[in-house]
Amino acid sequence: MTSQMISGIAADRLSSDELAQNFADLHAPLKPHEVKVAADRCYFCHDAPCITACPTDIDIPLFIRQISTNTPEAAAKTIFDMNILGGMCARVCPTEELCEQACVRELAEGKPVEIGRLQRHATDTLMMQDVHPYSRAAPTGKVVAIVGGGPAGLSCAHRLAVLGTDVTIYDARPKAGGLNEYGIAAYKSTDEFAAKEVEWLLSVGGITIENNKALGKDINLDDLERDFDAVFLGVGLGGVNALDIGGSDKSGISDAVAFIETLRQASDLSTIPIGRNVVVIGGGMTAVDAAVQSKLLGSEQVTIVYRRGREAMSASRYEQDLAAKHGVKLMFNVQPKRLHGNGAVATLELEYTADEKGKLAVTGETLHIAADQVFTAIGQTLKTNSSLVLEGRKIAVNSVGRTSRDGVWAGGDCASSGDDLTVTAVAEGRDAAIDIHTTLMGGA
Amino acid sequence: MADLTTDFLGIKSPNPFWLASAPPTDKEYNVRRAFEAGWGGVVWKTLGAEGPPVVNVNGPRYGVIHGADRRVLGLNNIELITDRSLEVNLEEITRVKRDYPDRAMIVSIMVPCEEQAWKDILPKVEATGADGIELNFGCPHGMSERGMGAAVGQVPEYIEMVTRWCKQYYSKPVIVKLTPNITDVRLPAAAAQRGGADAVSLINTINSIISVNLDSMSPEPSIDGKGSHGGYCGPAVKPIAMSMVSEIARAPETAGMPISGIGGVTTWRDAAEYITLGCGNVQVCTAAMTYGFKVVQEMITGLSQWMDEKGHTTIQDFMGAAIPNTTDWKHLNLNYVAKAEINQADCISCGRCYAACEDTSHQAIAMSDDRTFTVIDAECVACNLCVEVCPVENCITMVEQEKGTVDLRTGKTVSADYANWTTHPNNPGSVAAE
Repeated sequence: MTSQMISGIAADRLSSDELAQNFADLHAPLKPHEVKVAADRCYFCHDAPCITACPTDIDIPLFIRQISTNTPEAAAKTIFDMNILGGMCARVCPTEELCEQACVRELAEGKPVEIGRLQRHATDTLMMQDVHPYSRAAPTGKVVAIVGGGPAGLSCAHRLAVLGTDVTIYDARPKAGGLNEYGIAAYKSTDEFAAKEVEWLLSVGGITIENNKALGKDINLDDLERDFDAVFLGVGLGGVNALDIGGSDKSGISDAVAFIETLRQASDLSTIPIGRNVVVIGGGMTAVDAAVQSKLLGSEQVTIVYRRGREAMSASRYEQDLAAKHGVKLMFNVQPKRLHGNGAVATLELEYTADEKGKLAVTGETLHIAADQVFTAIGQTLKTNSSLVLEGRKIAVNSVGRTSRDGVWAGGDCASSGDDLTVTAVAEGRDAAIDIHTTLMGGA
Repeated sequence: MADLTTDFLGIKSPNPFWLASAPPTDKEYNVRRAFEAGWGGVVWKTLGAEGPPVVNVNGPRYGVIHGADRRVLGLNNIELITDRSLEVNLEEITRVKRDYPDRAMIVSIMVPCEEQAWKDILPKVEATGADGIELNFGCPHGMSERGMGAAVGQVPEYIEMVTRWCKQYYSKPVIVKLTPNITDVRLPAAAAQRGGADAVSLINTINSIISVNLDSMSPEPSIDGKGSHGGYCGPAVKPIAMSMVSEIARAPETAGMPISGIGGVTTWRDAAEYITLGCGNVQVCTAAMTYGFKVVQEMITGLSQWMDEKGHTTIQDFMGAAIPNTTDWKHLNLNYVAKAEINQADCISCGRCYAACEDTSHQAIAMSDDRTFTVIDAECVACNLCVEVCPVENCITMVEQEKGTVDLRTGKTVSADYANWTTHPNNPGSVAAE
């Protein structure tokens, strides 16, 4: 018997039909006529602002024009030339802060061209045809090791493979794909898309994946440097920041990243236990993904608590509104003070904060909210302990991904350049691949 | 409230919107519904001679050029004249005219170029009580292969001859419908006038192949793998039709001859434009075939509102008002200087003006790093391309340069005098200023 009213943490809150409906595609694919209308709205701007806003510099006006002339396959090629994970990026990119924010129709009417959904139409069309659009150049005789099979590593691997270099990807997990496979809300990557995309990408040939091989445990950088002509690190941020307040030893507290991963890997969503009153601590995309999915699993009350104001939240306004639309309550300027409960957490004590001369200070005023499950989403950290120079808490790299160590490149969330976005990781992997190729072939 | 009634050749109608001779006017059922919807008149779909009627193809007859969101911009057809018997059509015309005495009822006719054929049909048409006839000298497909339609309209002598027969055997107004598939429309118009026509109507459809199927390699609409050219109409042909109308209105020989304007009339505004070029009314087909008969209601209210705003109380008030301003290129004032001006508040920074000007025109628009677009007066020839490619209406405008100021492009002071090519020093055939 399913019930949302069971106290504490329990599975089976919603029927399988409700769950299937809740976790369906967030943005359903455009229908053929919708594609025509959406594509027709593009003005084909000169030196288009949307291209500038895209971390992978996709020629957006060109691919939309190709769609509008009934050649979505050519459009997909335009996209994949710059972003081989254009299919996933079409689903997960915060387009409202990138290409669509820059769209001149956003300025003109507040309604940008639906670039993300058009990109999905093009990439889906080509990927569904089960042919890989790239062939490999003549073998270079070089071999490159890539650590981490997430967006950065896959992008780097594909580009190198196309250029004629053989690649081995070492990934710590049983499946490749990184956050595309283990992170990201389930309703953004339905129907096993992440796994299918990896399979499609690998069909170019020349890429071997070694799963369950973690850096520092199963493999080490010195050996890779010895055995390969170059190494690319795309290890992501493996660690999570811990909550350091009183009562955090109680049960019912876990990190949001692990929760999202459990959701993504679950074959039956109804088996996932979820609290009746869920609190998510944090202000980023992970917080929103965890909160919305808690609600979709059947939690009665879900609250995101964030210690600063709305504008400081790293989740976009669009994501905040998405959470609100699903019934998630967003609380700003409150920070966790103490967790209460007899063994298991029951309430979270919060303390109000205020901005004092640019510094966050507590006001002394507190409140208690019901919390039988608490997810922490307060940032991830680099876990790799190697001899590489860091910048902040990430691996220092230059504009093409070179680290402080000769022969070692890095990109994606673990590297110091750019935002922690899938699309940025793809760009960095691609650019590092080009630089690796140039270097190995005796260029610059 | 403006008075939309028209008196065209003595034929009165409550408004200037007539349905053209075409599928919408092929039968009583349609025409009654059109009149109920508010159409001022109809030209009944073309009747042929007595005997077995023509047959149409049994596959697709139409093809379309679509704009955004499948908006119909141009329509092509390979349908022939009515494929119903003459007797049935005549009976229906009689009944409908009797029931709608206040609406214009014109009968379109196409029979072979033999006097007897016209002599046979005209008394029968006259007996229906219809208000006049329109001679179909325009259909470019099918019937033209049999020496009728455009095959007649392309030979001024035939037009004159047949028109004369019609005036001889028919007592009411005779309108000659002209084909645009000729080199100079003034010649057939003058021939119609010599034959005694009371008016001309134009244009009929333009020879067209709307598209080619790249799989079957057949023009479309395709009939069992083969296509034939059709007749093109709809919004896309309006500029061609209006130019032809203006030529007839301006030619000394035909000036003042009543004209019924046809070609892409889709809104009240299109109709108003035709009327300013000298038309006494307009005929509509594609708009009705796209949206249904109800579309006339917008035409009526729109024209009425505009006339009220302009202070026109009758159609005559503005009929032909644009003719005096329609002239030859050589009479355009070369001392008129304008420059493009971009309203920065309205600009959305798409850069289309820049791409168009930089790549294909006069390199007269500058683009800054922050995507601000400005006109370089020293290069701008006022070509208007930027105005037309800008997606924001009225963001870029052409501003007349004040007399007495210096045109930065030519370095010359803008003269207040009128001067055209006929007196320009670069013109080898220039004549002294009058």
